[in-house]
Amino acid sequence: MNSPVETNALDRRDTAAKRDATVIVSGVSSDSHTWNLVFLQLLLEELGYEVVNLGSCVPEELTVAECITRRPALLVVSSVNGHGYQDGMRLISRLRERGALSDMPVVIGGKLGISGAQSSDQLAVLIEAGFDAVFDDGAEGIASFQRLLDSLPQRVLA
Amino acid sequence: MTGFGEFVRDAGELVVQPRMGMSEPDRMRAGLLATKAAAGTTVGTITLDSYTRVGDLDSAELALMEDVPLNGYPIVSHELATTRQVLDGIQSEDFPIQVRHGSAAPQDIFVALMTAGLDATEGGPVSYCLPYGRIPIAESLRNWSRSCELFARLRDIGRKPHLETFGGCMLGQLCPPSQLVAISVLEALFFYQYGLRSISVSYAQQTNLRQDIEAVYALRRLCDELLPDTDWHVVIYAYMGVYPTSPEGAYQLLGQAATLAATTGSERLIVKTVAESVRIPTIAENVSALEYAAATAARVRRDRKADLTGAVNSQTYAEAEALVSAVLNLGTDIGQGLALAFQHGYLDIPYCLHPDNNGRTRTYLDAAGRLCWADTGKLPLTGLVAARGARTVTSSELLESLSYVRRKFDSQAITPSPAHAELEARGA
Repeated sequence: MNSPVETNALDRRDTAAKRDATVIVSGVSSDSHTWNLVFLQLLLEELGYEVVNLGSCVPEELTVAECITRRPALLVVSSVNGHGYQDGMRLISRLRERGALSDMPVVIGGKLGISGAQSSDQLAVLIEAGFDAVFDDGAEGIASFQRLLDSLPQRVLA
Repeated sequence: MTGFGEFVRDAGELVVQPRMGMSEPDRMRAGLLATKAAAGTTVGTITLDSYTRVGDLDSAELALMEDVPLNGYPIVSHELATTRQVLDGIQSEDFPIQVRHGSAAPQDIFVALMTAGLDATEGGPVSYCLPYGRIPIAESLRNWSRSCELFARLRDIGRKPHLETFGGCMLGQLCPPSQLVAISVLEALFFYQYGLRSISVSYAQQTNLRQDIEAVYALRRLCDELLPDTDWHVVIYAYMGVYPTSPEGAYQLLGQAATLAATTGSERLIVKTVAESVRIPTIAENVSALEYAAATAARVRRDRKADLTGAVNSQTYAEAEALVSAVLNLGTDIGQGLALAFQHGYLDIPYCLHPDNNGRTRTYLDAAGRLCWADTGKLPLTGLVAARGARTVTSSELLESLSYVRRKFDSQAITPSPAHAELEARGA
């Protein structure tokens, strides 16, 4: 009954059902929208993650403090009010200046500017500032976000 | 001087209003002028930016210094002289202007708008708190009571301050109409308690026209019953959720909002534009939306022949009345009643992430697109609602519900039909 093979098989099944990793979902300081955050929470939970949803209008200090306490496998920042570029730039510098969070995977997505899609220059600036990926508004967004999630646990938990 | 409330009530036709706010004073002024010049009876809007809304005035000021455009007009950070210049010659007896913001700590905003000579704004201690961030509801109630008292003092100098509830728009979508009506009424009673006597009550178009008509009748009936000696009117919001992407679909949805307003005798309508699904609209797009909505409402009003007696004694009214009564029974102070109601779960907004919201209620759309309770949590609706019982909503189901209206109106756009044809087909 308790042979090592069976135990390992059981462990693998558990791992598949539950990724044993926490993802923090957060809005940015000036953005009041929440449907994006509710959707991301449900999606991430279905993929087996524990989700801590910080909700909307999150002050930068709170996002930083929660990341330091919880050490998430990923921080997902979502914004749709048009201030995402500015707020995102500020948040990422606050996160990356903390040594403990310098390697934490952080992604941002949504409608990041007030006039439709952002220029590729601005997307590059967000990456340069420390985001691991940027998902600008568009049909491709969710699919590429899911691809990133699929690749994530191995990278993070290795 | 005629106040905002009187102007709207006496207009004799549906008053249409944009959502509009630009950080550059010249563009803000151009937007107000274009609104004033649009065909139809219009009122002006100054929507504030998100930094001002959350009280992050440093960021608003920095943006002004660096010429970074914001998503609205930073009324607290601009010089008073600048704001006066924006309004100069535009604000008048026949063109009142409303300030729109979204703040749970609005004291600075009230001071700024009153100093600039403005006397109409909107919000509420619940509707500008729960959907919008992290400020505890008790704190929002304190902030709003002080702001209302301050605002009501304009009456002492012969002005007629007007305040609109945003409670009929909670989260924009997927909140059943009865609870929208209840919160709108309760916020109006809160404003009344703090001295305001010119009030509008909001209701945002949802997913089913017949259900929306019931909701607006319920709202009117409750205001008739509960708001004595008050100049009040109803303001309809064109759909606030995921918007159709096709111009035809967007116009049909706006047309249905105008139909809802005209059919129910609502006095004012806040429009949405064809650009809604992608970005903040231009001035020209706003003007087109205003003119389209005004023309549609005028046509529906002329053709009005619907028998709506059934809509007055509706399920929506019964639920809304039960929710309002439950809160009023919690005490004589309406603010305290609201705080306790959220603690007990007598009010509970589906999918709202605020820490003070119970978060036990869930909703679904039935086959006709009516918004129904999937789980009533601890709402005092026992005996009124046969909820389906708690069930999990998946991310794809949520997306499907959130985008129901977009799908419906984008697919209808291929075979256009006038919005009010549906109303007649449903026997309204």
